[in-house]
Amino acid sequence: MRFVLLFSRQGKLRLQQWYRAGAERDKRKAARELMQAVLARKPKMCSFLEWGELKVVYKRYASLYFCCAIEGADNELLTLELIHRYVELLDKYFGSVCELDIIFNFEKAYFILDEFVMGGEIQDTSKKSVLKAIEQADLLQEEDESPRSVLEEMGLA
Amino acid sequence: MALKMVKGSIDRMFDKNLQDLVRGIRNHKEDEVSDRRIKQELKQDNIAVKANAVCKLTYLQMLGYDISWAAFNIIEVMSASKFTFKRIGYLAASQCFHEGTDVIMLTTNQIRKDLSSPNQYDTGVALTGLSCFVTPDLARDLANDIMTLMSHTKPYIRKKAVLIMYKVFLKYPESLRPAFPRLKEKLEDPDPGVQSAAVNVICELARRNPKNYLSLAPLFFKLMTSSTNNWVLIKIIKLFGALTPLEPRLGKKLIEPLTNLIHRYGGRCCFFHSRLVKCLLGGSLSLFPDARCLCVQKLRILIEDSDQNLKYLGLLAMSKILKTHPKSVQSHKDLILQCLDDKDESIRLRALDLLYGMVSKKNLMEIVKKLMIHVDKAEGTTYRDELLTKIIDICSQSNYQYITNFEWYISILVELTRLEGTRHGHLIAAQMLDVAIRVKAIRKFAVSQMAMLLDNAHLIASNTQRNGICEVLYAAAWICGEFSEHLEEANQTLEAMLRPKVTTLPGHIQAVYVQNMVKLYASILQQKEQAGEKEAAQEITQLMIERLPQFVQSADLEVQERASCILQLIKYIQKLQVKEVPVAEEVIALFAGELNPVAPKAQKKVPVPEGLDLDAWINEPPSDSESEDEKPKTIFHDEEQRHSKPRHPEMDEEELARRREARKQEQANNPFYIKSSPSPQKRYQDTPGVEHIPVVQIDLSVPLKVPGMPMSDQYVKLEEERRHKQKLEKDKKKKKQKKEKRGKHHRHNSLHTESEEDIAPAHHVDIITEEMPENALPSDEDDKDPNDPYKALDIDLDKPLADSEKLPVQRHRNAEALKTPDSEAPPVEKKSKKPKKKEKKHKEKEKDKGKKKEKEKKVVEEEEEKKKSSKHKKKKHKKEKEEKSKDKKKSKKKHHHSEEEMAESVQNGTLDDEPLPVSSCVLATYDIQGNLQNDSQVTVSVIFENKSTSFLKSMELNVLDSLNTKMLRPEGSSVHDGIPVPFQLPPGISNEAQFVFTLQSIVMAQKLKGTLSFIVKNDEGSTHEKLDFKLHFSCASYLITTPCYSDAFAKLLESGDLHMSSIKVDGISISFQHLLAKICFHHHFSVVERVDSCASMYSRSIQGHHVCLLVKKGENSVSIDGKCSDPTLLSNLLDEMKETLSKC
Repeated sequence: MRFVLLFSRQGKLRLQQWYRAGAERDKRKAARELMQAVLARKPKMCSFLEWGELKVVYKRYASLYFCCAIEGADNELLTLELIHRYVELLDKYFGSVCELDIIFNFEKAYFILDEFVMGGEIQDTSKKSVLKAIEQADLLQEEDESPRSVLEEMGLA
Repeated sequence: MALKMVKGSIDRMFDKNLQDLVRGIRNHKEDEVSDRRIKQELKQDNIAVKANAVCKLTYLQMLGYDISWAAFNIIEVMSASKFTFKRIGYLAASQCFHEGTDVIMLTTNQIRKDLSSPNQYDTGVALTGLSCFVTPDLARDLANDIMTLMSHTKPYIRKKAVLIMYKVFLKYPESLRPAFPRLKEKLEDPDPGVQSAAVNVICELARRNPKNYLSLAPLFFKLMTSSTNNWVLIKIIKLFGALTPLEPRLGKKLIEPLTNLIHRYGGRCCFFHSRLVKCLLGGSLSLFPDARCLCVQKLRILIEDSDQNLKYLGLLAMSKILKTHPKSVQSHKDLILQCLDDKDESIRLRALDLLYGMVSKKNLMEIVKKLMIHVDKAEGTTYRDELLTKIIDICSQSNYQYITNFEWYISILVELTRLEGTRHGHLIAAQMLDVAIRVKAIRKFAVSQMAMLLDNAHLIASNTQRNGICEVLYAAAWICGEFSEHLEEANQTLEAMLRPKVTTLPGHIQAVYVQNMVKLYASILQQKEQAGEKEAAQEITQLMIERLPQFVQSADLEVQERASCILQLIKYIQKLQVKEVPVAEEVIALFAGELNPVAPKAQKKVPVPEGLDLDAWINEPPSDSESEDEKPKTIFHDEEQRHSKPRHPEMDEEELARRREARKQEQANNPFYIKSSPSPQKRYQDTPGVEHIPVVQIDLSVPLKVPGMPMSDQYVKLEEERRHKQKLEKDKKKKKQKKEKRGKHHRHNSLHTESEEDIAPAHHVDIITEEMPENALPSDEDDKDPNDPYKALDIDLDKPLADSEKLPVQRHRNAEALKTPDSEAPPVEKKSKKPKKKEKKHKEKEKDKGKKKEKEKKVVEEEEEKKKSSKHKKKKHKKEKEEKSKDKKKSKKKHHHSEEEMAESVQNGTLDDEPLPVSSCVLATYDIQGNLQNDSQVTVSVIFENKSTSFLKSMELNVLDSLNTKMLRPEGSSVHDGIPVPFQLPPGISNEAQFVFTLQSIVMAQKLKGTLSFIVKNDEGSTHEKLDFKLHFSCASYLITTPCYSDAFAKLLESGDLHMSSIKVDGISISFQHLLAKICFHHHFSVVERVDSCASMYSRSIQGHHVCLLVKKGENSVSIDGKCSDPTLLSNLLDEMKETLSKC
């Protein structure tokens, strides 16, 4: 898998993860082109789109498009399944997820994605273990955020 | 002041966290404000504030802001000690770092620190981040650290480390070989997550270079039959898809488990089907026509489904089948044509792909006709262009194999020229040229069509600038010129080419026009002279002289040069004509000879003559110092002057006028400058603007359809009639019992299937093959892309590791701890870094030691444990061990013929296969290899061959373990349980299974008694049978052929801690060379050095014993002096050697 994009029906990018580092400009151009191509498609059409040498697998959930670019030899349905599983994970984590959840907690959405997919390959197929890892990491984070003195917070201490 | 600071901080604390930023942006879009605020925040010392700022930046980056300026701040946040901030830092880094980020090298040490952090989530977050921005440098520096993590105690880390290795391999291919053994190990990791990660990585690697991974097939086969994880299964099946073409035997093996899988998942998991089909295609499928039909049938169901996704995948899978078995797909033509009407472009494109392989002589016209209809209907240029290229691809494939009527094809091409706005004009042009040149019979027709095109050029070239289609005029002009003898109305065509409108065409087309109008002119001239029409000949010359000047003034150099050259020539001809000298013959001689088509790769394939070194310098290059110091300086100086002048911005009018004058003066004095001539035609050319072009020339009354243009449809009808007639004739002939073949084909390369042979081409067509140089080298290497990033990973993984291949390690950190799997000491390693923490972990580990086999265990412990267990077993087996077995072995030695087969499967170059006993039905041969990764394991590969005519199944192999040697059984099974052989054997089939044995000591040879039980099934029923056998573990089978350099060898001998022993064998008659080969082959030695009839040899045991030999040959005798770190091993080895040699 080359990259994952999440964008709204209005063409606003909500999340992007590139598994091949590249220059900012190229990424932005690719994202823009892809959004146009996907948004132009009608709802009844198939979820696959041939896009240059890559294949784009996308699915729409409510107002959000989830979109993965894969190489020709990768399995399309598996990717679709992967998208669905990611949505399920988000849903479990946020409790019936909506677009606003992802906008306001975008870093969480990233963390979940990173636990699920790494370097373009599925990391763990079990939902349970992904959620467990996220929960524990969050727990660790909360411990970190134990009360600090106001002065310290202000940078005066 | 202080108050202000406090206020600022409170502001930040209370209302400017990320949520507020997001809210703010959503409400007002005042990004600038927050941007400035973030910059301020980044300057704060407080890491929390900084992290918050970086988090905001990450959000802004998603909205399209460039945040690369903050890279350093991101690194600061990455190095925060608190997980909360670290997490944010790595997230930001994964979003915006890439190879061009210059601060990325600063992260190396930070990442290394995080990787070895005691907190697994710190490590995890570092790995995740690294996977997004790993660079070749980072990969090189961190490869060893990551490899260490692959055997971390926590599966969470192992999993991530395994996955990231793939990225590391891509960036730093040298790491693949040292890391691969460990990666392979992870395929059998107890944690399913780690296992699936390893499968993922190896599948990805193997997909690119399958041949290097063939040896893993049995392992994956096992995984496939045992795994229940769908995701893993799919990956494995895909891997097998890549492997089967290389190893046809695999296909047969796969049939059974795959059918099982299909049944297990039924129709529910359709994606299995498509995967499956792809996988079965490895050529092996041809053996099983039933399966193939089934697949295609199932695919048809998929395509007919209303779900667009399934339809798409069905088509995709079908195109895979098509490549190998076009026939089975062809029957679904109707369905695929139907898909062309689909609304979805993705589906249409897939269907188009399929059409390519479905055409035959019979249906080509019909299919192309349908496509042409689609071309007319298509919206959007991309799809239309795709259609166009497909039509051309379909028609031209395999040397125009399917075209029976080239007139039809030419008219199709001409019809395609009516497409507007296509980018593929040059493609059509190339086809026209190719057909006209190579199919001689069609030239007359082609020329007439091209003349028509030229006549109607204004229709094609209406919008020159953006219209790619005018390229066809290039082809048209060339064909008309080159084959002008076929032209009927040459005058008219010449007129058309001389129209002023032509000058609006692109330069290269005009150039062809100019050149070819002379060819035309020459042939007209000849005609007229032969007919004695002198006036007509002069008229035509006059026409040329009148019209050519418009090309002389062309802005394009090529056109200008050709036109002025030709103009002079024609003026000269005119002079001769006035003197009534016959000139036509001489003019036509200018273009004598025929141009033959040359294959595109011809130049590349010219063999390099012997003795010619293309890389050698003909003249030594000038020394650097000279060229750098002097020459460039002057050049730069000159150029600067030249360039800077015209660019000078403040050039006033006066200056300009002055220069213009100067230039005119210069031009007047320059004899080569073509001055504007005062001809009337010239004048309107000089003035820019379209309105001056005479309108008369444009024939406005031309209807939209090109007059007289043949419609391809007519040909379809004609062709049908023709075929019908042919058929009738043929029937008649059959009645007369004449079996004459009709329509003998003259074509090269054409492959006929029987059904197609009925259709004879309309013309007897001779396709000229493209010319190739003599003794061209046949090679297909040109097809490989040298820039393929995966090419670097094409590495032989089965070769033993050399010492030089260790991963780079930073010495000052843990110089002693460095470890690669090939080094000799047992893998205790690496964990010495942090003894304190390790101790803790160690305790944890001991609790579940029974289950997990961790490499980190201290060797001592491991050994202790083994001793305990072996004592335990000793009691049990004492009796059995003493038992004497019937020695069947020797009588079976004749079955050594299966050696060839073994050689394929044996890795490591070690070979000692010995036949196991045979019964009437089974023949088994085996081979023992040391396991490189584990010093106490050997792998025994057994090949079972079914010699009977019955079906063998439920094979089970069991061995009576000895004190020293035990078969590795799956967890939970007792020592009495056999290991099932993971396959069944149809009659006459052989297959290989591997069994792993663990051993304590390797200094002695071992013999193990065992039983193979199996069920023989035939028509009469099934019987249970047993076969006893003995496995002989010779000492040589514990040796691994290891190359050794002579200096290392000498050092080893000098060290003095080796024991010595020697033997002497008499009566040797074979040559020394042959003798050495025998030792190398049977005893796994390698030759270090050889001097005359004396050689030194080296080998190493799996437990790291060095064995050195000095072999000397006298007359009829050989003496071998051996040195080894273990005296018992040495004496046993020498005994074995003696036995081998005495047989010589």
